[in-house]
Amino acid sequence: MAVAAIGKYEFAPADAIDKFHGAQLLYIGWEDHLLFCAPFAFPFPPSMPFGAIVEQVLPGAFGYHPDFARIDWSKAEWLKSGKPWTPEFSKSLEENGLRHKDVIRFRTPGLTGIKGSCS
Amino acid sequence: MDMQASKKKLGLKERYQVMTRGLDWTPSYQKMEDIYPYVAYEGIKIHDWDKWEDPFRLTMDAYWKYQAEKERKLYAIIDAYAQNNGHLGVTDARYINTVKLFISGISPLEYVAHRGFTHVGRQFPGAGPRVACLMQSLDEIRHAQTQVHSISNYNKYYNGVHDFHHAHDRIWFLSVPKSFFDDAITAGPFEFMVAIGFSFEYVLTNLLFVPFVSGAAYNGDMGTMTFGFSAQSDEARHMTLGLEVIKFILEQDPDNLPIVQRWIDKWTWRGYRVLTLVAMMMDYMLPKRTMSWKEAWEVYFEENGGALFKDLARYGITMPKCAEQIALEKDHLSHQAWSTFYNYGAATNFHTWMPDEDEMAWLTAKYPESFDKHYRPRYEYWREQAAKGNRFYNKTLPMLCQTCQIPLVFTEPGDPTKICYREVDFKDEKYHFCSDHCKAIFEHEPEKYVQAWMPVHQIYQGNCFPEGTDPTVEGFDPLAAVLKYYHLEHGRDNLDFEGSEDQKNFDEWRGMATKNV
Ligand SMILES: [Fe+2]
Ligand SMILES: [Fe+2]
Repeated sequence: MAVAAIGKYEFAPADAIDKFHGAQLLYIGWEDHLLFCAPFAFPFPPSMPFGAIVEQVLPGAFGYHPDFARIDWSKAEWLKSGKPWTPEFSKSLEENGLRHKDVIRFRTPGLTGIKGSCS
Repeated sequence: MDMQASKKKLGLKERYQVMTRGLDWTPSYQKMEDIYPYVAYEGIKIHDWDKWEDPFRLTMDAYWKYQAEKERKLYAIIDAYAQNNGHLGVTDARYINTVKLFISGISPLEYVAHRGFTHVGRQFPGAGPRVACLMQSLDEIRHAQTQVHSISNYNKYYNGVHDFHHAHDRIWFLSVPKSFFDDAITAGPFEFMVAIGFSFEYVLTNLLFVPFVSGAAYNGDMGTMTFGFSAQSDEARHMTLGLEVIKFILEQDPDNLPIVQRWIDKWTWRGYRVLTLVAMMMDYMLPKRTMSWKEAWEVYFEENGGALFKDLARYGITMPKCAEQIALEKDHLSHQAWSTFYNYGAATNFHTWMPDEDEMAWLTAKYPESFDKHYRPRYEYWREQAAKGNRFYNKTLPMLCQTCQIPLVFTEPGDPTKICYREVDFKDEKYHFCSDHCKAIFEHEPEKYVQAWMPVHQIYQGNCFPEGTDPTVEGFDPLAAVLKYYHLEHGRDNLDFEGSEDQKNFDEWRGMATKNV
């Protein structure tokens, strides 16, 4: 539906990729770990290898959780926009088909948060 | 022409007629649509503005007289409270954080409500609603002023209150109430009236204003309590106006029904999402609780609101669909909200903390279905870690909902272990939502919400640092720069209550007031 308005109503989106100084946004959530209240938002260069996120970024974001150190990344299950998806760690975000404002999640089988509460 | 002065004193009703509607006139050389350019484009059809029933017969001179008297009393109490160091009589210094939340989250909305009612009051061709809107706009600016005056006393002694309006326009979570009202005042005049006059003032006010005021009363905050009571008689008028607007619009033309129903659905949900802040205030921030959020929702919405919508059924209006999801969330809302603020306690203008043992027991009793199972383990872990000097501060920015601007903290309806993710593609861009309802609101008017000022995205765009900041220099600390932009002082205004300057000062001052030192 169009906005009811007294004239033409068209505006550029406030968060188009050209506003992020060469980065694109990627949202990442960890299933069953609500100790982190929401998924995270990150600005990454599209050329960044996916593996670098897992090795260099996620420890800072999720490392507080005692489950984090127990993650076996070869068993992690990934979702992109809620559908199963397999990232290639050596390839870049772009080569992995990740676009601006995509959302991915990972599930770590066997790890279900503080005392199994999904926290 | 000479005016014929009447000898007889006018009766109340006549006087009202002469001093309000009698001041209106029909233009002769300007077209009505030029004078009232915003009245038609929303699609609402009004055939006879004279059918408007004035819900309260108040003339301007009576308004001034009455309000001035009320405010004289109010300021006398506020002065006495300040002079007697009334702030030291509150239950516990943690209480003051609800005042900080109120002044930065709610009082600025009173001011925007003032602007909104001034605007729509100008736009309605009917003299009756114009006068009613004028008076409400004055009420709202008075509310903003009296709140600022009462709460300014806390600013002398406690942190985080110093720049509430600056905070309101910038701090990440304050974009939730701010964007709610921005959405309303940028809508047409009829939508504004349904959004604020009806959904907010009539349906939800008992869940917003009343919890703060009764929370103040329970916790010994006379200043806040008094402005609450002083605003109460205005609120009664606002509620009447809100209901009258709905009835008037619906009686004017059957085509208005689907538009009004959509607005009620939208604004009940938008308002409810803002109430997330109230829910956590009630369950976590009041040292002495009034009732739980869940109980408040059941009494004020499910019972009272249920009766209201039954009453409106004769116009064809039905209970907003979102009520079903809200019922599923009532066991979880406040806990998910407090967890969020505990996470981001380094970036708030108030303190956060973990509930103590007694408070946890209260939560268990009030939320037997959800608290022990889903939230207690998380809290106990945080508490243990804090005791070891490892208090959790989440330093990574969260993903936000494009409509309500709350981080994606809400869980799937019916599954409190899974975050609810929703998304929409619109013109080559992706947009994300916390819920089906926020998604549906976006889908109806995507061009409006693509412009949203999303705090997290704005930070990443580099728009939330003090002027002159160079984010490319070695060792640049973005969070420190953002706090400066918010005018928050790290270590004073933010972080845990435990160990805060507020806690220390309150204990010391109360000790001086009650003990011989
Ligand atoms: Fe108000
Ligand atoms: Fe939302």
